[in-house]
Parts: sequence; structure tokens; C-alpha cells
Amino acid sequence: MENKEAYPANDAAQDVKDSSRRNFIKQSTLLTAVALTPGTAIKAAADHIDEQIAAVFEKMPLKMQVNGKTQNLSVEPRATLLDILREQLDLTGTKKGCDHGQCGACTVHVDGHRINSCLTLGVMMNGRKITTIEGLANGNQLHPMQEAFIKHDGFQCGYCTPGQIMSAVACIREGHANSEHEIREYMSGNICRCGAYPNIVNAIQEVKDGGMAV
Amino acid sequence: MKQFQYVRPATLKAALDVIGKPGVKVIAGGTNLIDLMKRGVTAPDKLVDINHLGLVDHQSLKDITETKTGLYLGSLALNSVVSENNMVAKRHPLLAMALKAGASPQLRNMATVGGNMMQRTRCGYFYDTTMPCNKRVPGTGCGAMEGINRMHAIFGASQQCIAVHPSDMCVALAALDATVHIAGKKGERKLPFTQFHRLPGEHPDLDNNLAKDELIVGIEIPDNNFAQNSYYLKIRDRQSYAFALVSVAAALEIENGIIKNARLAMGGVAHKPWRLFDAEKALTGKQPTEENFAQAATLAMQGAIGHGGNSFKLKLAPATITEALKHAAGLV
Repeated sequence: MENKEAYPANDAAQDVKDSSRRNFIKQSTLLTAVALTPGTAIKAAADHIDEQIAAVFEKMPLKMQVNGKTQNLSVEPRATLLDILREQLDLTGTKKGCDHGQCGACTVHVDGHRINSCLTLGVMMNGRKITTIEGLANGNQLHPMQEAFIKHDGFQCGYCTPGQIMSAVACIREGHANSEHEIREYMSGNICRCGAYPNIVNAIQEVKDGGMAV
Repeated sequence: MKQFQYVRPATLKAALDVIGKPGVKVIAGGTNLIDLMKRGVTAPDKLVDINHLGLVDHQSLKDITETKTGLYLGSLALNSVVSENNMVAKRHPLLAMALKAGASPQLRNMATVGGNMMQRTRCGYFYDTTMPCNKRVPGTGCGAMEGINRMHAIFGASQQCIAVHPSDMCVALAALDATVHIAGKKGERKLPFTQFHRLPGEHPDLDNNLAKDELIVGIEIPDNNFAQNSYYLKIRDRQSYAFALVSVAAALEIENGIIKNARLAMGGVAHKPWRLFDAEKALTGKQPTEENFAQAATLAMQGAIGHGGNSFKLKLAPATITEALKHAAGLV
């Protein structure tokens, strides 16, 4: 399901222009603190009143598109994209492995590019389009890469699999799946402790050679 | 992770107004900073997100542009974007090779040019908050000096710190005579790339010479004639996605069978990208032969000191220099 809602360009600049000190004071109550825009915070910082915001300002608004659906959220600045996906949106397909960017289990696509969601702050994803493993299939029809992982037995325990598949799709889209060597190099950010690597490579090669759109 | 305030300035000026204050940290890609914050190694009160600064001198900080004398990389250009850029591939394949040898594809999609430079020079003791570390908490001592120091520095270390700067990109930029463009409240200043990072000395808590109230806005790489004969060789414990034990950026300008110009820098051996000026000089005017490369490598190792766990680098480093030069010269 494609959500066609247009996203405004990330509008921090607009926020600064639009926010007046009066606006800030008006909004700066506990009740409306969550509605404060980041730009207002900058304005506040310029006015040397940032200490006041810090006291009331525990959460920030976050609007992002996840698997085609617009999400309007309220998040702590320290919440990672990974934790927001899993804990707030109940999208537990994206896995927390090392939580330090070393294993790739948390790999998701942001505006089509693969990243580690564990090292990404949710607040920095405002206006971005996120795709998780849950967003890859078309209804009940699995994505060709999902089919290929099943066919080639590209997993054992399965914990790294969502990250492997997200990375594998990106690997082909980036044009880095032209040989076994290249696939192994460009999949090196995804660790599989069960050691399913040969089968993962086979799955990726099949999808690549099949020439299917990924 | 400790709670912090997050601000998103829309202009360079607004950013410069906030960043110098105590407890404030700048975030770009966040690949190193968020990791350090999760471990409790650093705990800023305020994060300044510089990804939305708009135009600086009429261009985006994400742009890669041609200048009259070289190539300019905006400080917010992603590592993945720079590594795949056509102008970079054509003019400075050494930089593309180094970038592709670094981190993982996911991290390269997040990490920026400026952030790569600003990643901490670090080691396991820096990360372990139960251990002493002069870099993390000045005056507590160095756990690595007589501890597990397999990954550590053989050049330029002090009694205070023997950690290494883990970047690959920076090794290539040091070799390519890049210049760092820095913005501050008083305007812009430039610094040779080789002078950007610093040795630990008595202040291992400082990794570089960027003032707290300054921001990197870009890197300029001057045009050169190294594109035909350059190579980045990275030796590591596994074939991909690991820090260098030793890496070498080698660039040669060869004319009529003679080396007219040479550039060499090493990674994984010092607190900063380690440029091999003496070896470069020794190679100039010589023929590109394995024997001459080995002699230059021996010269480059003068002053190297092993600390036990990392003493194998005293042999690995010169071998890597020779091998990188052979690749650069087309002898392999």
C-alpha cells in the first residue's frame, strides 16, 4: 500500500522563521511542550532560555513514513530509530543484535538507503521514509529476496535474517552484487553467527541473475 | 543513554552560536557519537544536529564540487556518496579505495566526511568505563601501555596514550595533501589535513586541532598526477569490516620510468594519520622497483616502537608499505 501523502522538505529553516518568542512562551507549558518544533528550540537557545526548555521538554514530535504509512509520534531525543520501530510501532521484525552498529541485524532502508537503525536517533528521521522487513512483501506475496532466502536456506536461527535481507536488497540496488566476492564484501556489515553465508550469497546471486526488480 | 536536549539549527551561524558551550556536542551521521553515548563514554547535555544548515557560501555542505585547483568535498557529504562519485573515482581513486575499505556499507551511508575526521582516536580501554584511560578521564592512567595493546600505536605515542585513529579516509586525505576548511565565529580558516589531527603528548583527551566553537565545512583536494599509480592497502584480522592493523595509502607520479613524486601515509600505527615524508623524499628520482620500495619502507620505520602486543607491526608495517607501493607502481 503506497501512501501518497507528500512530505514537506525538512523544514527546520521554516520553523525558525515562523516561531516568535511569543509563540515560544505561549507554547512553553507542560501541556503543549510536545508540540514544540525543533526550530523553536533553536530560537530559544538564541534567546538564552534553553535551560527552561530542557526542564519541560522531554519528548519531541517526529513525523516519518514507515512502510508507506505516515506516523506522527512523540519521542525522547535519545530514542533510536530501532527502539522506536520495535517499542512504539510494534515492528519487531527489525532485530536488536549488538545495538552498536557492528552486526547489521537492525538494518533498515531510509529513503531507499540501508543504514543501522541502532545508531540512528529517531528525531533525526523527521520527514524521512523508512522501510523495514515488514514493508518488503507485497501483501501476501513475498519479496523475491525473501523467497530466495527460503529456497536457499539462507539462515539457521533466523535472528540476523531481517537485516541480511534488507542489506541484500540494497546490495543489488546499489549495483554491488556482480560476483561472489563483491557480494561478500558488500554484505560484510551483516554478521551471521550460524554461518549461513554461502547460502545467503547463493540467494542474492539468484535474485541478481534473475533480473527481477528489487 | 543519558537524556539530552536536541536542537536542529537551520543556518551555520545559528549552529556556531550554540556549539562552543560546555556539554554541547555536534552530531552529523552519529555513527561514532551515538555508540560512545550508549557506552557512557560521553554524555552531552545537548546535541546539535548539523544536517540542516542550508547553504554555506552558496552551496550545500553535502555537495562535491570542482574548484579551479582541485576537488571540494562538503563536510556533510556521505562516505558512500564520495566513494561512488565519478570525479573522485577519476581524479583520486586512492580516496575511493580507502573509503570503500572503511566500516560497512550501512555505516558509510550514514557517516559524513567531517564526522569521519571527528571520530575519536580510541582503543578498548577508552570504551571500557571501568578501566583507566587518560583520553576519557585525564590523569587516570593508560590501561593499554602495559595491557592488551595489539591494535595500538607504534609511532608518535606518549606515556599518556597509545591509541590509534581508525579512519581509512583520513589516511588517503593525508597522503593527498588535502586542506581542511573550518568555520568559526570569526570567519573561515584553512588547515593542512596533516595538521588537523594531533599526537597525544600530554593531552590525549584532544584528538585534533579543531576548536570547540568551530565546524569543519569542507575538504579541498588539490589536483595531482597520482591517479594512474595509487593504491590503498589495508591489512586486518578479517577480510572486510574491521579496523586496520596497518594500512598504507601509496601514490606515485611516474615519468619515463622515474618516480617524480611520491606520497605515502599509514593508518593503524599512530594517534593520527601517519605521513611518511622521509620515505617519499627517498623515493623521488628513483626507479619504481621492489628494492627501492623496501629501502623506503625501512626508512619509514625509523623511530617505531613496539609495546609488546603490537610489536608484530614493526615487521608488518614495512612489508605493507612495500606491497602497497608495488601495487601502486603496477608491479603486482
